[in-house]
Parts: sequence; C-alpha cells; structure tokens
Amino acid sequence: MSTAHDSPDAHVDSATGKSTTGHEWDGIRELNTPLPRWWLWTFYACIVWSVGYWFVYPAWPLISSATGGLIGWHSRTAVETQLADLTALRATSSARLANVPLDEIERNPALLSLARAEGRVAFADNCAPCHGAGGGGAKGYPNLNDDDWLWGGTLAQIQATIEHGVRAGDDKGHQGNMIAFAGVLTPAQMSDVADYVRSLSGLVPAGEPAVARGAVVFKANCAVCHGDDAKGKVELGSKNLTDGIWLYGGDKATIVQTIAHGRGGVMPAWGSRLPASTIKALTVYVHTLGGGQ
Amino acid sequence: MTAHATGTEPAAHDEADDEPLYEARRQIYPQRVHGRFRRIKWAVLAVTLAIYYLLPFVRWDRGPDAPDQAVLIDFPSRRFYFFFLEIWPQEFYYVAGLLILAALILFLMNAVAGRVWCGYLCPQTVWTDLFLAVERVIEGDRRARMRADAGPWTLEKVTHKTLKHSLWLIIAWWTGGAWVLYFADAPTLVVELATFQAPAIAYASIGVLTFTTYVLAGHMREQVCTYMCPWPRIQAALTDEYALNVSYRADRGEPRHSIKKAAALRQAHLPAGDCIDCSQCVVVCPTGVDIRNGSQLACIQCGLCIDACDTVMDKIERPRGLIAYDSEANLEARRAGRPLVRHIVRARTILYAVLILAVAGLMLTALARRELEGVAAIHDRNPLFVRLSDGAIRNAYTLRLANKKLTERSFRLSVDGVPGAWLDIVGAAGDLSVTVGPDQTREIRVLVTTHAPLPPAASLPVTFTIRDAATGIAAHVTDHFIGPPESAP
Repeated sequence: MSTAHDSPDAHVDSATGKSTTGHEWDGIRELNTPLPRWWLWTFYACIVWSVGYWFVYPAWPLISSATGGLIGWHSRTAVETQLADLTALRATSSARLANVPLDEIERNPALLSLARAEGRVAFADNCAPCHGAGGGGAKGYPNLNDDDWLWGGTLAQIQATIEHGVRAGDDKGHQGNMIAFAGVLTPAQMSDVADYVRSLSGLVPAGEPAVARGAVVFKANCAVCHGDDAKGKVELGSKNLTDGIWLYGGDKATIVQTIAHGRGGVMPAWGSRLPASTIKALTVYVHTLGGGQ
Repeated sequence: MTAHATGTEPAAHDEADDEPLYEARRQIYPQRVHGRFRRIKWAVLAVTLAIYYLLPFVRWDRGPDAPDQAVLIDFPSRRFYFFFLEIWPQEFYYVAGLLILAALILFLMNAVAGRVWCGYLCPQTVWTDLFLAVERVIEGDRRARMRADAGPWTLEKVTHKTLKHSLWLIIAWWTGGAWVLYFADAPTLVVELATFQAPAIAYASIGVLTFTTYVLAGHMREQVCTYMCPWPRIQAALTDEYALNVSYRADRGEPRHSIKKAAALRQAHLPAGDCIDCSQCVVVCPTGVDIRNGSQLACIQCGLCIDACDTVMDKIERPRGLIAYDSEANLEARRAGRPLVRHIVRARTILYAVLILAVAGLMLTALARRELEGVAAIHDRNPLFVRLSDGAIRNAYTLRLANKKLTERSFRLSVDGVPGAWLDIVGAAGDLSVTVGPDQTREIRVLVTTHAPLPPAASLPVTFTIRDAATGIAAHVTDHFIGPPESAP
C-alpha cells in the first residue's frame, strides 16, 4: 500500500493531471485509470450470476455424490438424450435401407453411400476389434478386403454370416471346423502334408519327395473337406489352400500346428444384437471393401 | 495548452484508495452542426445503411440449382454467394485475403487522412450518428436535452424519452433483422418472421443484435471508442507526422480573446488569436473532446468541429480553417514559420499501396484461375494393400470429386503410375464414368489392382485424373500405391 507523502499532490501526475494509484516502483507511478461505471457493474453482475451455478447445476461435493442442482441436469442424462435424438434422426435413413434389396442398394449411388457411411460406423463399433479398422484382418480373423471367402463373398452369404455368425451357437450359423489330426496322423505325415499344402502356393518346390508323400496323405484325410483340388468348399467353410492367402499363417510350423490341433475360430451372431438395417449396411460395407463377389 | 485533461480534481483526493472504483460517465450532448463534413457524413450514413439494409433483397440469377440471392451465406449447404462469385468452405482463403486487403486499406487511409474509418465509416459511428439524429428530432438540440435531463420528470419528458427509446429499439430491431437476412432467402424469411414461422435461431439472433445495437449506439456511444476499441491504440502507432489529422492551428488561434478584445488588440497591432473560446468545437463533438488539446485517443476525427469552427469564423469574418485537416509536420512548420509541406507519396503510403495491389492482384489471379472441378484422394489405412487369390496386388482409395459448376457433369476416371494397373469403381459394374450433380461433390470407392511384379515394399506415386467428358478439362490428384514388404513367391 502507499506510503506517507508530504503533499497531497504526491498522488497526482503532473504531465496528465491524473491521480495515481499510489503504487511506486523506482519513482515510476501507476496512473489511476478506472473503468466506466457500467463496466464495474457488469463485473459485479457476473459475480452474482456465477453464484447461481451453485444452485442450478450439480456443484457441491457430498460424501458419496454431489448436490443435484435445481434443474436436475446430469451429464450422463444429457449424453443419453443426445444419443436418443441421434437414433431418432437416423431412423429415417435406416428405414430407407430396410426396404430395399441389397443388390439394389449397391446399384443406387445415394443408397450406396448411405449404406457405406452407416456400415463404416457400425463396423468400427462392432467388427473392428477382431477384423481391424478397415477390415484388414489379423491372425485368425479374415481379411475382408481380399477375394478369398471362407463362407462365401456374395451379398446374401455375407449377410447370413453376419446375422448367424460362425460356431457361435446359432442354429443357422456356420458350424464346420478344422479337425485336430494329432492322434490320426503321425508327426512325419503331418510334416509331409504341410509341405504339400505349401507347395500349392509355390512356397515349396513341387518336386520335393515330401510333397509327393504329403499329396497321398492329403487325398486320404483332407480332401473330404478341402476338396481334391484343395480349393476349399464354401458350404463347409473349408479354406482354399492354393491362393497364398492364409488365415493363421503360411509358415510350416503354423500349418503343422493347424493340422495337429485343428481350428475353430468363432464369430458372434449379430442378428440378435443389431437392427436388420444395420446388418444390411454392414453387409454392403463389407461387400464393397473390394473382395465382394 | 490551456485546458487540463477533464474529470480530475487533484486536491480532492488525498489517498488514491478513497477514489471510486469507476470513472463516472460524463454525459455528452452533441450539438447540431451544419457544413461540409456533416454533409459528407450524412451521405456516407445514407449509402452504408442503404447497402446494409437492402443488399439481402438484391437478386442474382444463378439458374435452377442455386439460390438467386446476390449476397448469401448459406450455412446448411456450406456455400457463400457474392454476386457472380461462389465460395466453398475450403476456399475460405479468399475471405482471409479480403480481410488482409481490408486491413491494408485501413492502414493506407490512416497514413493519408487519419482516422477516416473511425469518423465516417465505422458501424459504431454510423449507428451512433443515426441514434443521435433520432434523439435530436425528439428531444431537441443540446440545450433542450441538457435542460430536460437536469429538470424534473414531466409528462413531456416521459413522452419524449419513451418515444426516443421506442424508436431506438425499432431501429435496433431492424438492424438485427437485416443481419439474419444474409443467412437465408430474404423475402421468404421476412414473411416467415412476420408470421412467426421463422426458426428460433433467427429470432434469437435478432434479439441479441437488437440488444447490442440499442446498448452500443444508444447508451455506450463514445465509450466504445475510448474503452473497448483497439483501433485508436493501433492507429496511434501507425500515424506519422505527414498524416492528415483534424487539427487546431494553435499558431493562428492563440492567444484566445473575446471578439471585442481581439479587435481592439488588432487595432493596436498587438497579437490576437482567431480563437474566441466559443467552445463550439467542443459542444458539437460526439466524443466530447476539446480538439484544441491536440491529437488524442478519444478523437474519432469526424470533422464536425471543423464545420462548427468554420461557421463561427464566417460569422466573425475571419478566414476559415482554424480547425482543419492538417499534418503534424505542417503544424510544426507554421509554428516555426517554415513553408508548408505535403507528402502524400512517401515510403509508408507507397508500401501500403504496393501491398494492396499485390494482395488484390494475387486474389484476382486466384479467382481467375479458380478450378471448377477437383478431386481428392484418401488411401485406405488398414489394410494398406491386399493380395488377391490370383496373386494380384490391390490398393483401395476413397476419391471425392467436386463439381463447382451449376450444371451436372460427367467425368471419366483414369489412373497412371502403376504398371499394368486397372481401375474399378465400387458399385459401378466396370463403368469408369462418374456423374456429379450441379454444385456438388461425390465420394466414390476406387480399387486399383495390378498383376505386374512390384519391387519389395513398393510405394509408387499413383495419379488419378478426372476428365470432363464434354469439355475435356481435367483435374488430378496424386497418392501412393503400396506393395507388400516382400515380392510374391
């Protein structure tokens, strides 16, 4: 605060004739330039206004909760309201998808972009944890961008797979699985058949003796499901072993492991979890990733 | 200088802490004035307000697929229309250029003739002038208003005040109303507003602007300039000794005497200034400053004191121009008896002019070269590439085609840069032509596939071209085609 001064003029700046605040730094004083009255009142009004928040909104922490506020606003309720509004907003566009056959959706540019937009969001919410953000897949989870389909890549087949899942306990779901051959084949036979399978996509030279031995084993044990040409069967979900695309990996150790212990990956049935229009949008989205048939 | 800065009484305050926290309002009652600058101000007021209130109603035919309002900010469809121009949101740089141009023009005006903006063109000045005119018509001129404000509340005073504030509010409401018309079809919105069918945001915007106009132009007036506006501070840093400013010629005016005394002194060949201390320059001032104290922050340089002083000089038969547009250099020259100098062309003004021409030239060039078609690409991020069952490598892209013409156009899509690559548009069944509606964009998913052997970890530049089937005009975008880390076995 200000120190004692000899004359009352000590608080007046001679150059401007203005009074000073009395604060002094090395002989330099601060001019007193007060705000207009309305400005000060606005400031006070803001303080009074801010007190209102204490009562109108949740503010005071209690032991296990907080005061509720007079208007009952709650951040969780606000989010729920917004989500409900959004769902209502989407209902119209979803209804447009519900009544149109899948192939017609793909032919109509407006419906296609609508389905892809809705499908992209639904995919990110439900499918991306296993299949990857863009359906790129991972070990045990198919890449949905390529043209190698376990259960078929037509619109109807994709829709059926999404709706009923794979080995997910749904009666209409896909059931077939890769049997474990550990007790059926000897380790040497498994090694031979692995070499044979790898030779089908050029990973092992076809002239190797093991390949010839493996071919015999394959014909006797594997061709039932994978077919004589090893190109797989859609109705059984058996893998095409000739196209260089692998679900679990194409190295020999992984293939031997697959033969010995079998595979039985599960995809949930989404029919009971998602609305029909969302499944349609997902079907179109997956089909248009690039590999759809 | 003779007068002290107003509003301070040094001896009254022993302790700064005892002073009020606020500066009490000094009510200003500007007096009516006639003259050259007042006429210029009326003209500017009429023209600027006419533009503001009427522009939304000007029509401009753009065909059936676009609005016919000459100036329209169409937020729902994200378009800005200005007569023959149509700006998309991604072309906001035109607006940035316009703002830069406006700032430079402001600088140039300031270097040539001081605060022309503040005195004549600023909305705060224009609307305050309008509100003051209303006040004067209803409550009378300066003296009548001062007498009424000091006197008791009579029926006449109540009537006058009610009428004044009602008229102010009507003007303020009209001001807010005109503002919202720039954001929707004006004639339609006027009908909707009148029948209470307009969207709530329109009424809310009008309400807010009614309030701000009424408060800023009716009540706060000069306080906006002295307390809130940054421009007076910036202007002080931009001016120089050659800039024309409204100035009092102390060499001619001092010493001040009454008419009779000045005449007597002149007869005796003694020095007598032309200023008769009639205070006309102070009473007409809309910000309440005394121009005889020299250039100051609160002076908006509207020139009304020039008109007032010229009127008085005519009456007392002394030459006009005791208060006039003058430069600091000339004030100094007069004091020292040197010849006057005029330096309109100087480094500062040349620099501003060159910058203005450069920015304007750049903008015009950009506008003239503005492309009416465009294409943008986003490469799929997951997966970056896909190996197909026959060994082919495929990359997927999302392309967005833009058609800025107001007619539907068909583009043919092609790809270059990847050996042996072919294109597929998802959902198009092999058709490579894409139709984009008038003034629209369209997003398509595109697959680029090749059988050609690629080097390991290939990342080839790939160029997509869209070519207008009718005119042959093309647009390009370049992205990358990614291959697998190792080449296929």
